[in-house]
This record gives sequence, structure tokens and C-alpha cells, in this order.
Amino acid sequence: MFDFLALIGHQSISKLAGFGRAAIILSYALVAWPEPKSSFKLLVKQLYHVGVKSLLIIAVSGLFIGMVLGLQGYTILVDFGSEQSVGQMVALSLVRELAPVVTALLFAGRAGSALTAEIGLMKATEQLASLEMIGVDPLRRIVAPRLWAGFISMPILSMIFAVVGVYGGALVSIEWLGVYSGSFWSVMQGSVDFYDDVLNGVIKAIVFGIAVTWVALYQGLESVPTSEGISQSTTRTVVYSSLIILALDFVLTALMFGDV
Amino acid sequence: MRSRTIEVLVGLFLVAGIVAALGLAVSVSGYSGGKGDTYKIYAHFDNIGGLTKKAEVTLAGVQIGTVTDIGIDADYLVAKVEMEIFSEVDYLSIDSSVQILTSGLLGGKYIGLSVGAEDEVLVDGSLVEDSQSALVLEELIGKFLFDKVSE
Repeated sequence: MFDFLALIGHQSISKLAGFGRAAIILSYALVAWPEPKSSFKLLVKQLYHVGVKSLLIIAVSGLFIGMVLGLQGYTILVDFGSEQSVGQMVALSLVRELAPVVTALLFAGRAGSALTAEIGLMKATEQLASLEMIGVDPLRRIVAPRLWAGFISMPILSMIFAVVGVYGGALVSIEWLGVYSGSFWSVMQGSVDFYDDVLNGVIKAIVFGIAVTWVALYQGLESVPTSEGISQSTTRTVVYSSLIILALDFVLTALMFGDV
Repeated sequence: MRSRTIEVLVGLFLVAGIVAALGLAVSVSGYSGGKGDTYKIYAHFDNIGGLTKKAEVTLAGVQIGTVTDIGIDADYLVAKVEMEIFSEVDYLSIDSSVQILTSGLLGGKYIGLSVGAEDEVLVDGSLVEDSQSALVLEELIGKFLFDKVSE
């Protein structure tokens, strides 16, 4: 009985210590002043691995989601005679909700798991320890560029998702279903507000980017240095990121759109 | 991968992001770079009947401003609607009238303004004297029944 209580106590305290370590990693990697020349090159390299390589899956997913939204939206709206509003439906769903959330989920699955596996392997093969030994701070050299690459790439990927999705919806509605293109675009432009919808979507994407990259890097640094440990950390990254994204999405939506 | 290729690809990625941002601003939301200067006018209504903030204020169907605030006037106990009109529209005479109209069958409410004949124009802070409230369905039915009964 006491063993059980002791176990709960031990788990809670070690979880708390974990949060603390995560916060220290984040603040140190953000606050540590970067050396201008070398850190920019590292950032560009990480932007490539984190952002550019995710571009294909994000763009293709955006296209298909936009096309499905256009198709389903048309099918429902044509019964009410309001099929010209399909542009408004596609654009608002994408810009407000789907672009930030789906991009973040895909990003967590693709870039987040890659980050965790990479850092976990570096830890397992003692590369991080050797860097510390030669006097290079691994947080500054390894973690910080990946963190900033994630923060910068997420909003960009989310906006690309939204635009490709809207054009996918336009393709399906205008070309294949016969919605008049003038009313498609003008009803959409009349109802999508730049500050309330587009900027709020970008803010959501930035928040999700911070969450996913932070979780991925923390899980990588904390992973048990065996092959099984790395696979567990990678799975944890994807699962925790997804849950955090969806929970944060609800909170942000309630804050941004709750009162209208 | 050569570092030059990587740099070029990252540059293209950032450019794609900027293009997406501009695309979202211009073609999806129709943002036209700020609305410029405006001045405020007010109107009293007995019943605003579903008018919301950000509704259009139109003159002959063309938008000349937006509704920015809806509240109660404590002195007269009627609804007080605050509207922001674009500064270029400076020819609204002081005896203009406002009316709450419905856009389409299911559409939202908006405010239509008709210009009067006076020389003096509305300026910042003016009150539009002549106002007509929204058509409320229950009042219409009540009026119809009353007319029927009195026949």
C-alpha cells in the first residue's frame, strides 16, 4: 500500500522535474546569444531539413483537403441554393482551423519525429557528450537552430497549406462543379477578415510550431539511449504533440472566436 | 547535399511562404491595405432587429462605412448605433435618413442611408435624426391581425 503511494509520489515528482528540464532547455536555447556567422548557416540547414522537406506532404495534403471541402461543401449547399457560398465555407474552414491544426499534426508526424530520432541517436551514440567535452555547448549548436527552424517553418507551412487548399477548392468548385467564379471569390473575400481570420490562423500556427518543436526536442534529449528508447521517444513525440495541438486549438479558438 | 543547393532551396521555401501570405491577404480575404480615415456618426433606433457590429453602412447600395458599436442610449431608452463613415464621403446632409435593411432572404442586416436636401453636412459626432427601425416579423403579423380585426 505504501509502495503504491511512494510510486505515485515518485512519478509525480519526476514528471515535475521533467517539465522543469524542458523549460530550462527552451529558455536556454532561446536566450543563449547566437554567434552570427555559424549559427545562421546552422539555421539554414535546419530550415531545409525541417521546413523544405515537409513541403511536399503539406502541399499535397492541403490540395486534397481543399478539394474534398469544395466537393462536400457544394453537395450540401446546393440543396439550399447557396452554392456560391462554397468559397466562403472552404476558405473559412481552412484559414481558421484546418490549416494550422492539420499542418501541425503532419509536421509533428514528419518533422517532429525526425527531430526526436536524430537527437535521440546523437544522445545514444554519445555525440552530445563529446560536444560538451570539447567545449561546444550542445544546446546552442544542436538544439537552438532546430528550435528556431521549427518556429519559422510552421507558420509558413500553414499558410502554404491554406492557400493550396483554397485553390484546390476553387479548382473543384469552379472547373468541375460549375460554381460561378466571380461569386466564388467575391463571397469569400467578403466574409474572410484579414485580422480576425487570417492573422488568427497564423498566430495559431506559431503557437503550435513552438509546442511541437519543443516537445520533439525535449523527447529527443530525454530519450533512453537504446534503440528501443529512441523508438519510444519518437512515438511519444507524435502522440504528445498531437494531443497538445488539439487541446491548444480548443483554447485558442475559444479565446479568438468565442465572443465573435 | 551541397550547402549551396540547401541555401537555394531554403530561400525558395521562404519565398513560397511570403507568396502564400500575400495570397491569403489579397485573394482570400480581400484585404486592401487599411480603410483609411473615418469619422463617426450616430443614430437612434427603436428596434435594431438583428443588426450586428461590422455590418455595412451603404448609400445607394455602395458601402460607405461600417457599424462599429451598438448600445443603449440611457437618456432616451432607445438603441444607439455608432457608425464609422469613410472620410471621403463628406456630402451626407444633416437631414439624411437611415434605415435597417436585410440583404437577401437569409442575409444579415445592414444600414442604408439616404441623403436629404440640406446644405449642411454630417461631421464627426453628428446624430442622424431621421431613422427607421428594422422590420420585425412579429410586429408585422400583429399589425396585420389588428387591421383584419378592425375591418
